[in-house]
Amino acid sequence: MESDNRPRQEEGKRQEEGKRQRVRANMVNVFIMGKRHVVPEHATIMRAIEYAGHQIIRGAGCREGFCGACGTLYRLPGDYKLHTGLACTTLVKEGMSLTQIPAVPMEKAIYDVEKLRPDVNTILEVYPVAARCVACNTCSKACPQQLQVMDYVQAGLRGDIALVADLSFDCVACGLCALRCPAEIIPHEIGILSKRLFGRHLRKESRELDERIREVRAGKFDAEYDELMVMGKDSLNKLYYGRDMEP
Amino acid sequence: MYPDYLSESLQAVERTRPGRLELAMSGQPVYPPMNADERKDVLSKYHPDFTPGAKRPVRVGPNRGEDITTEVADILEAHSMIEPKLMDIHLREPDYETDLLIIGGGGAGCWAAITAARNGMKSLIATKLRMGDANTMMSEGGMQAAVSPTDSPTRHYLDAIGGGHFENKPELVRVLTEDAPEVVRELENLGVIWDKMGDGSMQVLHGGGTSRKRMVSCRDYIGAIIMRTLMDEVKNHPDMISLREFEPAVELILDDKGRCAGAVLYDLDTEQFLTVRAKATIISTGGFGRLHIRGFATTNHYGATGDGLVMAYRAGANLKFMDSVQYHPTGAVFPEQIAGFLITEKIRGAGGQPLNKFGELFVWPREPRDVESAAIIRECSSDRNNGVDTFAGRSGVWLDSPLIDMIHGAGYTRHQFPGMCRQFDRFGIDIVKQPMLVYPSLHYQNGGIEINERCETSIPGLFVAGEASGGVHGRNRLMGNSVLDYNVFGRRAGRHASEYAKSATLGRLNVDHVRTHAEELVREGIDTDLVSPLILPSYTPEDVKIQQLARLGNVPARHSMLRSRFTPGERKTHL
Ligand SMILES: Cc1cc2nc3c(=O)[nH]c(=O)nc-3n(C[C@H](O)[C@H](O)[C@H](O)COP(=O)(O)OP(=O)(O)OC[C@H]3O[C@@H](n4cnc5c(N)ncnc54)[C@H](O)[C@@H]3O)c2cc1C
Ligand code: SF4
Ligand code: SF4
Ligand code: FES
Repeated sequence: MESDNRPRQEEGKRQEEGKRQRVRANMVNVFIMGKRHVVPEHATIMRAIEYAGHQIIRGAGCREGFCGACGTLYRLPGDYKLHTGLACTTLVKEGMSLTQIPAVPMEKAIYDVEKLRPDVNTILEVYPVAARCVACNTCSKACPQQLQVMDYVQAGLRGDIALVADLSFDCVACGLCALRCPAEIIPHEIGILSKRLFGRHLRKESRELDERIREVRAGKFDAEYDELMVMGKDSLNKLYYGRDMEP
Repeated sequence: MYPDYLSESLQAVERTRPGRLELAMSGQPVYPPMNADERKDVLSKYHPDFTPGAKRPVRVGPNRGEDITTEVADILEAHSMIEPKLMDIHLREPDYETDLLIIGGGGAGCWAAITAARNGMKSLIATKLRMGDANTMMSEGGMQAAVSPTDSPTRHYLDAIGGGHFENKPELVRVLTEDAPEVVRELENLGVIWDKMGDGSMQVLHGGGTSRKRMVSCRDYIGAIIMRTLMDEVKNHPDMISLREFEPAVELILDDKGRCAGAVLYDLDTEQFLTVRAKATIISTGGFGRLHIRGFATTNHYGATGDGLVMAYRAGANLKFMDSVQYHPTGAVFPEQIAGFLITEKIRGAGGQPLNKFGELFVWPREPRDVESAAIIRECSSDRNNGVDTFAGRSGVWLDSPLIDMIHGAGYTRHQFPGMCRQFDRFGIDIVKQPMLVYPSLHYQNGGIEINERCETSIPGLFVAGEASGGVHGRNRLMGNSVLDYNVFGRRAGRHASEYAKSATLGRLNVDHVRTHAEELVREGIDTDLVSPLILPSYTPEDVKIQQLARLGNVPARHSMLRSRFTPGERKTHL
């Protein structure tokens, strides 16, 4: 892949091997935005695009399945379906025909989480389009994270904010569901709003957190800090290696 | 699915598991933690920072003569992308004007913008890719904060400074640990959903180098949850915060009094250079994993190329601890497609154990990162030969995750590590039942641009926050302290830069320091065709690259980017 674990001294040798591997690896045909390229079969879509010689500028972010920059549409031979996936974690297949969707047009509502209430109606007030949901489940089928997207949109309509937050927790905001939704809903924005509402208004308060903040503000640790900050390396060393461990 | 050739070693892991489970339940360390001498020994012999050629004296700039990580020294001694002569008109008539310029839209940058807005200052975030395409988005494990009654901020201080081998700047560690509880509350007020116990108290876990349970978390998506919350909040203030995506900064702009006055941006779409005039500038460009130091695979995002270091250094800022690199002990080794991906340390915090090919423990699972990494490298080295080899030519050790459900109850792993499970499910490996194969991966820039507790640098008007800064972690950052770092210092940078900008005046804008740097390269007889900041790594096969150069050789901007792609540290030809 991108590099390996050996130190650089061996680089020359490894690169030779790399070249040989390129020849030896089983290759497959893929169609990147309509054009055929021959790429190694064990490549992810992202690596295949790069192998073909493109410098990706839009369409790659974290490269590990967290950021949603790399949404991709593809078809496979003999399969009527339009598939969706993340380029950084989806492997190529023989005959795959693909296009990256680096940005899905969308408008985010502007709001003040502090002033919103986690009521039944909040979601509908902020994102009225949610009411158009026809419960077709296309969004869930499109989700590369395998989330139950329809269920969380429906939960949002019912005002069950805790459930939306829970079901949309792993959403990477790739927008692929929004692209496929026949009702033009942008599910992940409902997810983000709900998570913020939950965190802000529906959480259980932590008393010891309040207490700790109060202690810090009251200067409870100041003297200890002052002492530690001027302590020499030797005394710190002794203190550090002698400290007890919570099991 | 693991291939057959690994099954013998996998069976060994299963055989030793009952005994190791018993050990884990005993409450005693499952393996003796190393003392100071043992740590020193394994580090000096096996940590990549100490391999020959890992460092060299840098020949230009404020840290001249100091040992610096070789790949970093290379980009510090490279050419600028801009031609100062051609910039004059754009300096007189800048393309953008703002109170604060924030370079880098990760966690630190977003916090700075939000805090500035709260202080009534307008900011412009200029970022390389999209906002949130950042290391912040990727953090999994958690954030340290002394919130539990058994813990205290001063204990957190001691753990952090011990982890950093007592070299951290004390005033930075103090504000890091002291602000932590408030950061937890502030994030919660913005809508971050913390993992909590039934009574509302924060769930806390151990991490490497913690003496108290102190790791707060959002399942294993802490980065995504915090980042998306901050981004959403940034976008809720269009009147105060403007955003320019795909416009990385490539040089700082100073005024005639030597104060920082903005930056030159490079539009990746149109290949235009644009100028920003700002009363104060904050660098929050994150780390450098994509330099692939020592040829290591990395956990970092695509844009982590250490650009902030280059810009600030050319403008005269001092760097600190740039001779040390953090390798995360547990990067994925198998399957090949996810090589280098991070396996969160929380797995070890929850009871996962590193094992050699015989299924034996060889290190305490919660040593500080540098020590843990060096111990894994030692186990796989020819001195011990206890690593598990894959046919793709990698070597690693097992990370026994099935223990976690056995310790915490069935279902715990799937609920607490959904991201991790998903990553491996894709390849038919159920980490609840089978261990993962791991090896250290290039993870974190320990040092950076030197700051004080107000995020100030040696250049007036230039502030730095987050992974780009240096001093707070010494030469070794503990898990959970960098998520804390960008939260604490992102807020501080926003606050102090706002204060500064309120009374700042600017003189004539210039990029004379770029000229001086070019002269210094000549004077030192440095012969390089490297151009920096690198902006993006290239994973184009070498043969394709050579043909690209022939084709585009004359277009200056593109040419410079292409030349910069031939860095000695990069290795990516083979898939
Ligand atoms: C996979 C992974 C897991 C991690 N897990 C943990 C964890 O569990 N706990 C923990 O404490 N820490 C963890 N870390 C570390 C932590 O996430 C980072 O150190 C921290 O998020 C850095 O925040 P930042 O805002 O400084 O930088 P980033 O979040 O990286 O943001 C920097 C931003 O600047 C942009 N940029 C770069 N160059 C330029 C330029 N020239 N011009 C404009 N913009 C630019 C980048 O594109 C990016 O958007 C993890 C890191 C990784 C990679
Ligand atoms: S819910 Fe939608 S935006 Fe979120 S990950 Fe799934 S498809 Fe992508
Ligand atoms: S695709 Fe759209 S309409 Fe269909 S279930 Fe999902 S949100 Fe509702
Ligand atoms: S690049 Fe971030 S999810 Fe694929």
